Amino acid sequence: MAEPAEDGGLVFHPMDQFIVKPLFGGTEVGMFTITNSTLWMAITVLCIIGLLVLGTRRRQIIPTRMQSIGELAYGFIYKMVEDVTGKEGLKYFPYIMTLFMFIVCANFAGLLPTAFTPTSHIAVTGVLAMGVFLTVTVLGFVKNGAGFLGLFWVSSAPLALRPVLAIIEIISYFVRPVSHSIRLAGNMMAGHAVIKVFAGFAAITAIAPLSILAITAMYGLEILVSFIQAYVFTILTCVYLKDALHPHH
Amino acid sequence: MATETHGGEAESAGMPQLDFSTFDNQIFWLVVTLVVIYFILSRIALPRIASVLSERQGTITNDIAAAEDLKQRAVAAEEAYDKALADARSEANKIVADAKAEIQSDLEKAMAEADAEIAAKSAESEKAIAEIRESAKDNAAEVARDIAKDIVAAIAPGSIDAKSVTAAVNAKMKG
Repeated sequence: MAEPAEDGGLVFHPMDQFIVKPLFGGTEVGMFTITNSTLWMAITVLCIIGLLVLGTRRRQIIPTRMQSIGELAYGFIYKMVEDVTGKEGLKYFPYIMTLFMFIVCANFAGLLPTAFTPTSHIAVTGVLAMGVFLTVTVLGFVKNGAGFLGLFWVSSAPLALRPVLAIIEIISYFVRPVSHSIRLAGNMMAGHAVIKVFAGFAAITAIAPLSILAITAMYGLEILVSFIQAYVFTILTCVYLKDALHPHH
Repeated sequence: MATETHGGEAESAGMPQLDFSTFDNQIFWLVVTLVVIYFILSRIALPRIASVLSERQGTITNDIAAAEDLKQRAVAAEEAYDKALADARSEANKIVADAKAEIQSDLEKAMAEADAEIAAKSAESEKAIAEIRESAKDNAAEVARDIAKDIVAAIAPGSIDAKSVTAAVNAKMKG
């Protein structure tokens, strides 16, 4: 938010919207404190229940709009998992669906005015990405044993190049959770912050129309980004899962 | 929002995202959220949607099969109809040909009868005409003889007898 300061200048606080604070008074954020982040995670859960449980409760052959959207989301992720990882990846479909639904609902709920976006925090996306990274790594070793290390040994390259490539592959493998999490958090945070900056300029009457136009445009872009980032996170999870199930290039 | 800045003074220097004191809280609630979502999806939502989708697929498959069946039956019915139509047409043609032949034979028979009747009638008429002609000739000869006699008698009575007059008239008429 911005407010005209005493000397007529503007004070911007574009990052204040990301502050995690207790919902029911106090300033200390303990482990189990109900915070605004907790509230919006709960709202995300309610959205998912509304869409996928209440929307489909009548099990109609000819779906209602809500059921249709639920089925669309199901079919979208199901097909993605099947296309990227193959039939054996379908066992992990509920897990991937959980990630996608959480991210997409949190992103969209966070776009509501005055909302808090849990997915704009590196703590949240980091846990999501580390969860994927650890699951996929453990799964790779359980499924393929030491053969999983073949992922780093590019057998199609000339023999002399293989050790060099192996080092690069290992580095890129361990960078995965970092890029995976920062991509999502960064996109969500940047969009919200930019909207806030434009909102700050709206306090100046002369610039207000332009500022409101810019907010509208950014908002449209953010709706797109919200979905695309959820999609990107999910499809990368599928790609990593594919590497774990079929480590040979 | 700006009114809360006094609460977030510690964070105002940097990004709230890097305020590690809130990490345990966020992570705890995130794990709770994910577990709740996972159980809702895997226990209720996903099996239900899967069953709805497969049920719909089944219904569509059945409907397509039923439509295919009905189409086959429609084709069969059309073939039967065409066959019945062709049969009826050939039957009709046969009946027409029969009727034509019958009429033709009736006609020929009637013509023959009529011809015979006409021939008989004309023969009869010819006979009658011949008779009439004959009698007319006789009558004419009679009249001619009588007139000749009368004329002879009137011009030269008693000079010539009736017999010679008659012979003369007959000779004249023949000539």
